[in-house]
Amino acid sequence: MSLQTSPTSTGASADDATAGRSRRRLPQWASVAAFLAAALVAVLLELLGEFNIALVVIYTVVLGTVAAYVVSRVVEGRRKATDRLVTCLVVSAFGIAVVPLVALVWTVVGRGIERLDGEFFGSSLVGIVGEGGGAYHAIMGTLIITLLTTLISVPIGLMTAIYLVEYGRGRLKRSITFLVDVMTGIPSIVAGLFAYALFALFFGPGIRLGIMGAVALSVLMIPVVVRSAEEVLKLVPNELREAAYALGVPKWRTIVKVVIPTAIAGLGTGVTLAIARVVGETAPLLITVGITNGTNLDPFDSRMASLPVYAYYQLTQPGVPPEYAIDRAWTAALLLIMLVMGLNVVARLISRFFAPKTGR
Amino acid sequence: MAKRIDVSDLNIYYGNFLAVEGVNVSIEPRSITALIGPSGCGKSTFLRSLNRMHEVIPGARVEGKVVMDGQDLYGADADPVDVRRQIGMVFQRPNPFPTMSIYDNVAAGVRLNSRKMKKADLDDLVERSLKGANLWNEVKDRLDRPGSSLSGGQQQRLCIARAIAVEPDVLLMDEPCSALDPISTLAIEDLMTELKERFTIVIVTHNMQQAARVSEQTGFFNLNGVGQPGRLIEFNPTEKIFSNPDQKATEDYISGRFG
Repeated sequence: MSLQTSPTSTGASADDATAGRSRRRLPQWASVAAFLAAALVAVLLELLGEFNIALVVIYTVVLGTVAAYVVSRVVEGRRKATDRLVTCLVVSAFGIAVVPLVALVWTVVGRGIERLDGEFFGSSLVGIVGEGGGAYHAIMGTLIITLLTTLISVPIGLMTAIYLVEYGRGRLKRSITFLVDVMTGIPSIVAGLFAYALFALFFGPGIRLGIMGAVALSVLMIPVVVRSAEEVLKLVPNELREAAYALGVPKWRTIVKVVIPTAIAGLGTGVTLAIARVVGETAPLLITVGITNGTNLDPFDSRMASLPVYAYYQLTQPGVPPEYAIDRAWTAALLLIMLVMGLNVVARLISRFFAPKTGR
Repeated sequence: MAKRIDVSDLNIYYGNFLAVEGVNVSIEPRSITALIGPSGCGKSTFLRSLNRMHEVIPGARVEGKVVMDGQDLYGADADPVDVRRQIGMVFQRPNPFPTMSIYDNVAAGVRLNSRKMKKADLDDLVERSLKGANLWNEVKDRLDRPGSSLSGGQQQRLCIARAIAVEPDVLLMDEPCSALDPISTLAIEDLMTELKERFTIVIVTHNMQQAARVSEQTGFFNLNGVGQPGRLIEFNPTEKIFSNPDQKATEDYISGRFG
């Protein structure tokens, strides 16, 4: 392994002022070469026994890291060797983190793409047994419930953040911050039970409404909005507030006309990411909104369908024969992933286009 | 326009910490008053207390009287927002609003206070203010560009234009040239000399040549030691301060023997 990484001696170059102190260096591709060699060894090892791709990868990573470290230690010394070792570890950790993501997207796209057709977007499940059918009612339900959630959460969240950054002081501010932190950690099922209990007080047990789902999701979304908005508002330079005060602008106008416009890109990004956070929540909607086969667009009247709950029921109660419902569940899952990714892209676009322009 | 400010027995606090103690001074209208002194001696704090910007900091408060032409700025009926409309301020670092164009920055005082004004009048005000800040010729073709697209010196003059657009009586300047190069500094000093025809100007500066060049009156602030409150040691005509000061401390500071 070490043969291909022949060391180059920098001490030979006469015009190098630091020649006396510099050590021998491995070329740039040394680590890559070490891993290639390790891969070769791993494949050979595996060919002796039963071939297993996962074991080959693990052998390659472990052997490659060890090889890169040892060779570097011998040739370059301890500091460079540690550098290479940590680089290998960090890259491996990145790989481990990416594998589940890629695998998940791969599987969901592979199994969901089949039913991603016009019928899936255009029709509900009314009168569908077996083949066909779609998720029109669930898509609309998710959009309506998410919109309602946003309408509830964004004003409350933004105003809380503004209070915390611009007005809050002393014990009240500390306790609000603490409560927001606690809210961030509330399990989603608890949020669902809270909304259910709240509405059951007024409408009796067994109630299912779209708005209940929105309230439950708001409990989850508000702390996310508060947190992100707070961080963004803190980033607005104090000098701008002072500049506005010095012009005789009242505080509330300063906030509305100077602070928020300056922070609008970050606020938009934060809100979009908060929406992405709640759009795929299943448990609270399972309790508060339920599921239907038909289309219900009125969040104040009876059950609604939503994509996550739809996917759940298609998978757990597929009917006979089961494969069509399971296909629909995969497609609903794919649609949810696309929705979340789309929202993330939107968040990036917002932060790019609304950022204050500094160009000359 | 251009009012006189009388300060009597002013104590300025940050929480319980007394930052500036017992200031008595009269600031003349239509003149430039310079405040000099070592860092941390309370010059800026004093300046900020003149237009009630000091109390923006949590816990900060003031005792004593600041009277502008008979109107007690810290009286029970005085509204800090009104006070700041009459006493404008320019800060150490140029701070144009990044979301606004050059035009909007100058019009900010009017717009943010939602005073109704005809487009033509507003255009006129913006032009007058930019001319007053000697910036009109440089920016008249690009009023819709962001204010942050200007150079540092131009940004500072933009901030001055923004401050004079609300037509204050007094203009406070907190080290307006410390972030600028000598050419831009000269431009701002010339501007101050023009502006003193219309405004009462108070300037904090670390540059003693600048104080000597532009001001009529100079105040020297000092403090006895770390943790002690700052005091106004001497307040006299600039010529006297720089040639024959009353106090030994002033002479030491000006001649560079300490601080």
